[in-house]
Amino acid sequence: MSSNSFSYNEQSGGGEATELGQEATSTISPSGAFGLFSSDLKKNEDLKQMLESNKDSAKLDAMKRIVGMIAKGKNASELFPAVVKNVASKNIEIKKLVYVYLVRYAEEQQDLALLSISTFQRALKDPNQLIRASALRVLSSIRVPIIVPIMMLAIKEASADLSPYVRKNAAHAIQKLYSLDPEQKEMLIEVIEKLLKDKSTLVAGSVVMAFEEVCPDRIDLIHKNYRKLCNLLVDVEEWGQVVIIHMLTRYARTQFVSPWKEGDELEDNGKNFYESDDDQKEKTDKRKKPYTMDPDHRLLIRNTKPLLQSRNAAVVMAVAQLYWHISPKSEAGIISKSLVRLLRSNREVQYIVLQNIATMSIQRKGMFEPYLKSFYVRSTDPTMIKTLKLEILTNLANEANISILLREFQTYVKSQDKQFAAATIQTIGRCATNILEVTDTCLNGLVCLLSNRDEIVVAESVVVIKKLLQMQPAQHGEIIKHMAKLLDSITVPVARASILWLIGENCERVPKIAPDVLRKMAKSFTSEDDLVKLQILNLGAKLYLTNSKQTKLLTQYILNLGKYDQNYDIRDRTRFIRQLIVPNEKSGALSKYAKKIFLAQKPAPLLESPFKDRDHFQLGTLSHTLNIKATGYLELSNWPEVAPDPSVRNVEVIELAKEWTPAGKAKQENSAKKLYSESEEEEDSSDSSSDSESESGSESVEQGESGEEGDSNEDSSEDSSSEQDSESERESGLENKRTAKRNSKAKGKSDSEDGEKENEKSKTSRSSNDESSSIEDSSSDSESESEPESESESRRVTKEKEKKTKQDRTPLTKDVSLLDLDDFNPVSTPVALPTPALSPSLMADLEGLNLSTSSSVISERKALHLKLGKK
Amino acid sequence: MIHSLFLINSSGDIFLEKHWKSVVSRSVCDYFFEAQERATEAENVPPVIPTPHHYLLSVYRHKIFFVAVIQTEVPPLFVIEFLHRVVDTFQDYFGVCSEPVIKDNVVVVYEVLEEMLDNGFPLATESNILKELIKPPTILRTVVNTITGSTNVGDQLPTGQLSVVPWRRTGVKYTNNEAYFDVIEEIDAIIDKSGSTITAEIQGVIDACVKLTGMPDLTLSFMNPRLLDDVSFHPCVRFKRWESERILSFIPPDGNFRLLSYHVSAQNLVAIPVYVKHNISFRDSSSHGRFEITVGPKQTMGKTIEGVTVTSQMPKGVLNMSLTPSQGTHTFDPVTKMLSWDVGKINPQKLPSLKGTMSLQAGASKPDENPTINLQFKIQQLAISAQAPADDAHQSHAAIVQTHQGASRIALQRR
Repeated sequence: MSSNSFSYNEQSGGGEATELGQEATSTISPSGAFGLFSSDLKKNEDLKQMLESNKDSAKLDAMKRIVGMIAKGKNASELFPAVVKNVASKNIEIKKLVYVYLVRYAEEQQDLALLSISTFQRALKDPNQLIRASALRVLSSIRVPIIVPIMMLAIKEASADLSPYVRKNAAHAIQKLYSLDPEQKEMLIEVIEKLLKDKSTLVAGSVVMAFEEVCPDRIDLIHKNYRKLCNLLVDVEEWGQVVIIHMLTRYARTQFVSPWKEGDELEDNGKNFYESDDDQKEKTDKRKKPYTMDPDHRLLIRNTKPLLQSRNAAVVMAVAQLYWHISPKSEAGIISKSLVRLLRSNREVQYIVLQNIATMSIQRKGMFEPYLKSFYVRSTDPTMIKTLKLEILTNLANEANISILLREFQTYVKSQDKQFAAATIQTIGRCATNILEVTDTCLNGLVCLLSNRDEIVVAESVVVIKKLLQMQPAQHGEIIKHMAKLLDSITVPVARASILWLIGENCERVPKIAPDVLRKMAKSFTSEDDLVKLQILNLGAKLYLTNSKQTKLLTQYILNLGKYDQNYDIRDRTRFIRQLIVPNEKSGALSKYAKKIFLAQKPAPLLESPFKDRDHFQLGTLSHTLNIKATGYLELSNWPEVAPDPSVRNVEVIELAKEWTPAGKAKQENSAKKLYSESEEEEDSSDSSSDSESESGSESVEQGESGEEGDSNEDSSEDSSSEQDSESERESGLENKRTAKRNSKAKGKSDSEDGEKENEKSKTSRSSNDESSSIEDSSSDSESESEPESESESRRVTKEKEKKTKQDRTPLTKDVSLLDLDDFNPVSTPVALPTPALSPSLMADLEGLNLSTSSSVISERKALHLKLGKK
Repeated sequence: MIHSLFLINSSGDIFLEKHWKSVVSRSVCDYFFEAQERATEAENVPPVIPTPHHYLLSVYRHKIFFVAVIQTEVPPLFVIEFLHRVVDTFQDYFGVCSEPVIKDNVVVVYEVLEEMLDNGFPLATESNILKELIKPPTILRTVVNTITGSTNVGDQLPTGQLSVVPWRRTGVKYTNNEAYFDVIEEIDAIIDKSGSTITAEIQGVIDACVKLTGMPDLTLSFMNPRLLDDVSFHPCVRFKRWESERILSFIPPDGNFRLLSYHVSAQNLVAIPVYVKHNISFRDSSSHGRFEITVGPKQTMGKTIEGVTVTSQMPKGVLNMSLTPSQGTHTFDPVTKMLSWDVGKINPQKLPSLKGTMSLQAGASKPDENPTINLQFKIQQLAISAQAPADDAHQSHAAIVQTHQGASRIALQRR
C-alpha cells in the first residue's frame, strides 16, 4: 500500500498537489503501520523534492504534510535542511509553517538552525508589525544558545518598538531568553523595567508575566507602576488580568498594613461595599477606628471589583483570592456570589472553585451560608464534585441548618454511587461531632443505617459510630450489642476491626457479650484479614485483663495462633502482648501496668476537614489545589507591621515626561495623521467626529491635569456638572440620538486609524473615565458612548484653553466630562499628564470644526431617531 | 506557562501534540492514563494530576481529553479556562470538535494553536482576531485557494488586536443589518419524592448574533433588571454603565457571541412548569417490579412543552424492563441500567406515560431506594425568571432587531 502511494506521488505533478497532499496525510498512518522504515525514508525523499520544487503550491503541501507529521508526534527532523531553505519564502503560509517546524526542531539541529537567523534579523526590520512580531517570536523560540546575544539585541529593540503588539511579543521573548540563559537576568530586568512603564494594555499582562518569571522578588520595580496597573486593569485582556491580579495580591501583602482587625467578623456581609466609598469613609471615621486604609490599597480593591463579573472563570477566581487575601474581612463577602455562579460552569472549573470554597468555608462560614442550597448534590455530578460539595456542606453546617442538611444527607446515603454514600456517612459523623445538639440524632440515624442492605454503607457506618462512641463514653451498651450482632454478617475488614476494637474498649460494659465475641473470633481467626487479626489480639488482651476467668484459655489459644501467623506484624504483636499480660517469672515491672496500658482513656479522634491545612497556600493556585508546594510557588508574605513608605508609588511628572520621549514622538506623529484624516472625514461626513474628539480631548485634560491642578480643577468640573444636570435634562432626549450617531462615526474612524497611537494612551485611566461618564449618563446619557475614542485621542488634544472654548459652547453640544467626585478617590489622580504643547493650527482647526458642528448635527437628529422595538 | 498540549481520544490514543517550549515526551501522558484507569469513568478523571516533574491539567469535552502539561505554579483555572477556550475555538472554526475533524484540519489546528499561545502564554484568544489571522476552512475558500494560490493566513495584524475593542474587527459590512438575541434559561431543580421543590436555580444566558455594519454601539435595557443581580458579561459590556444604570451598553463582536449570563439564585421561588407522577415498586418476594411514570404540564402559561426526555438510572438489581410508552420511544440499556425515554411534546389532553414491568435479579434483595429521575424539556418563548429585554435601542444603525424570546431548558431531578 505504501509503495502504491509512493508511485502515485511520483507521477503527480504540482497540479495535483492538493489532492496529493490530502491523500498523503491520510496514508501516513497506514504506511507507518506497515512499519517499513525504507518506505518512510522514501516518503521523506518525496517531501524533499516537493520542498525543492519551484512551485509554492508543492512546497505548501509538503509543509502541510510535515506539520501533520509533527502533530502526530512523528519525527521529521531529517527534513531540516530542506525545510530551513524555505524560511525566506514569500508565501506567508509556507513561512508560518516553516516557523512551526523550526521552533519544533531547531533545538535538535542547532547548527543548521543558524542558517535561518539572518532572515529573522531582516524581518525584524520589516515595516509590517505582524512580520516583525512573528520574526521575534520565532527567533526567541529557537532554543539555540549561540544566538543569545542576537536575541538580547532583538528584545531590546523590540521593547522600544512603536507597535504595542511587537512590544508584547518582546515581553514574551524575555521569558524565553531567561529560560535559555539565566545569565542574562540583569539585562532582562532592565528591559522589564522599561516595559513595565508601558502604557499599553496589550503589553501590561505580558510584561507582568515576564516579571513574575524572571524577577518576582524585585517588588521595587512595581512601585511606580502600581497605580497605573490598577487603573489599566479593567482594559487588559483576560489572561493578563489574572497574572496582574496575582502579582498585585503579593505586592499588597508586602506594602500595606493589615486591614483585618481582631474580632472583625462578617457582621455585615459585604453590605458596606455596595455603598459608595464616601459613605464608607464616613463610617470608618464614625467608628473611630485607628486603622485607615492606604488609598492605594483601596484603589486596588475597588478597581478589581468589576472583574468579578468577567466571563472568564480564572479572572473571577483571581479577584476572589485577592479579596480573600487583602481586603477587609467585611468586604470579602461579595466574592461568594460570583464564585457560586461559577459552579454552573464546566466540571473542571467546578472542581477547582469548590476546592477553594471548601478552604474558605472553614475559616469564614458566614460567607457561603446563604448559598447553602447551591451546594446540594445533583445525581448527575461526577463523584469528585459530589464529595467536594459534601465537604462544603459539612463546613457550613451549624445549629440552624443541620436539620435540613441531615434530611438532605439521608437522600445521599441512598445514592447508587456507593463511594459517595460512604463519604456522606463520614460527613454525618463530622456533623455529629461538630454540633453537639445533633450528636444523638446522628448516632441514631447511623444505627439505623446498620441495617442497610449495602455492605459498604454498613461498614462505613460502623467506622463512624466507633468514632462517635469514642467521643461520648456515655452508656451506649445497646448500640454496642447491636454491632456485635453485625459481626456475623459484615465482611468489610475495617468495619469488623472497628467493632472488635469498640467491644474491647467497652468490654466492662458488655460483660456477657464480649467473651462470646472473642470465642467466635478465635474460631475464624485464621481466615481474617490482618487488620482484624490485630484487633482480635487486642480484644483478647483486654478481656484477659478484665475478665481472665472466662477468657484466659481463649486468649492463649489466640496468642498461639498469632505466634505462627504469616504476617510479622501479627507475630510481633502476639509476642509483645504475651510478654505483657501473661505473668511469668521473667516479666518485668511493666506487666503490673498492663491494664493501664491497654485500657487507658484514649483521646477521641478529631474528625477534621481535609481542607483544614490548605489555607497557608494562596487561594486559586496550583499548590492549593494539590496541597503540595508546586515548583515556582511564591509565598504570600504576612502583612508588615508598619507600612513601608507609601510615597514610593507617587509618580513624578518630570520624571515621566523624560521617560516618555518615545511616546511623545509617537504622539506628534499621530496628531499629524489625525489631522489629515480629519480633513478627509470632514468632506464626507460633515463634522461630527472632530466634534466629539475635541470634547473627549478636553475631558482628558481635566482628568489628566488634575494631578497638577488638584482642587481647582475638580471644583470647576463640579460646578459645570451641576449646571449641566439641569441643561442636559432638557436636552437629553435630543442629545441622545445625536451623540450616539456622532460617536459611532468617530469610533469607526478612530479604530481604523488605531495603529500605534492607540496605546500611547494618555494618563487618563479607563476607570476614571468610565466613572465620570457613568455619572453623566445618569443625567444626560450622552457622554457615555465616547469612552473608547476619548481614550485614544485624549493624548492628542490637551490644552487648557481648548477646554474653555469648548465650555463656552457647551450648552449646545454636550457635557464636559466631569470628575466623578463621589467615587473619585484622590488616589487615582496623582497620575498626571504632562501637557505637550498643541500647535496653534490644530487649535484653530478644532475650534472651527466645533462651531460648525452643532447646527448640521441637529438637523440630522430626526433621521437618526431610531428606536428599535423589542420583540 | 503551558508547556505542551496533548489531545487524547477515548481509546487512549494521543492523536495530536503541540509544544510551545522544549519538547515534553509524550510518555508523560502515562501518568494521565494511570489516573484515567483509576477513575473508571472519564468524568471522574481529576482535572489536575501531579507527576514528578510536570503537572497535567486536563479538560474533557466532546469525548476528547485536552491535556496541558505545565511545569511551574500557575493558577489552575487559568489553564482550564484556556483549554475550554481552545475547544470553543475549534468548534467555532470547524462547526464540531471531534477527533476526525481535528485530524482532517490538522494544519489549521496547528496554525491556530500557534497563534493562541506564545511561550505558553495566551496571545490571541478572541475568535474575531484569530479568524483574521487564520481563516476558517470553507469549501469555497479551499477551491479559491487552489486556483489562485492564495492562503488561509492573513498577512496583516488584525485590527482588533491593537484597538480597545479587540473583539471586533473593523470594516465590517452588511447589506442587511440585523441583530438577534436569544434568551435561554435553564432551571435546575431538585424535587423530592412528594413533589416539593428542594432547590431550584435559574441560569440564563443571552446569546446574540449581531450582523451590523461598522462600529455599532448598542444599548439593551431590561424590564426588570433587579432580577439580574448576579451576572457575568462578555468583555464588550461596559461594567460601569451597568452598575450605575442597569443598562447594557456595548460594542458587539461580529457574529455569534454570548453577551451575558446570569444566575437567579435558589431563594426566589421558581414555578416549575412540569410534574412527574411516578409509581415504582419493587416487591421483595417476586422477581418483578412495577414501573409507571406520567409527565404532565403545570403553569406553562399556555406554552407547549417540547423536547421532553426522561432518563433514570435504575438500580443494579434490575435485569430488564418491558415497558410501553403512550408516546415517544424508550430504551433501556441492561449493562449501564440506564432507562431513557424520549417523549417529545406534551399534549395536555393526553398525558404521556410509560408503564410496564421490571424483571429483577432473582434472589437479590429489593433495592431500597427509588431511582432518580432526570427530566429535561424545553419551552419556547417563555422565560421562567420573568426576565424580558424591554427595549432594544439600537443607536447607530437602521437595523432590524429581533429578539427571539428564548427557550427555557430545564433539568429536573426527582428522587
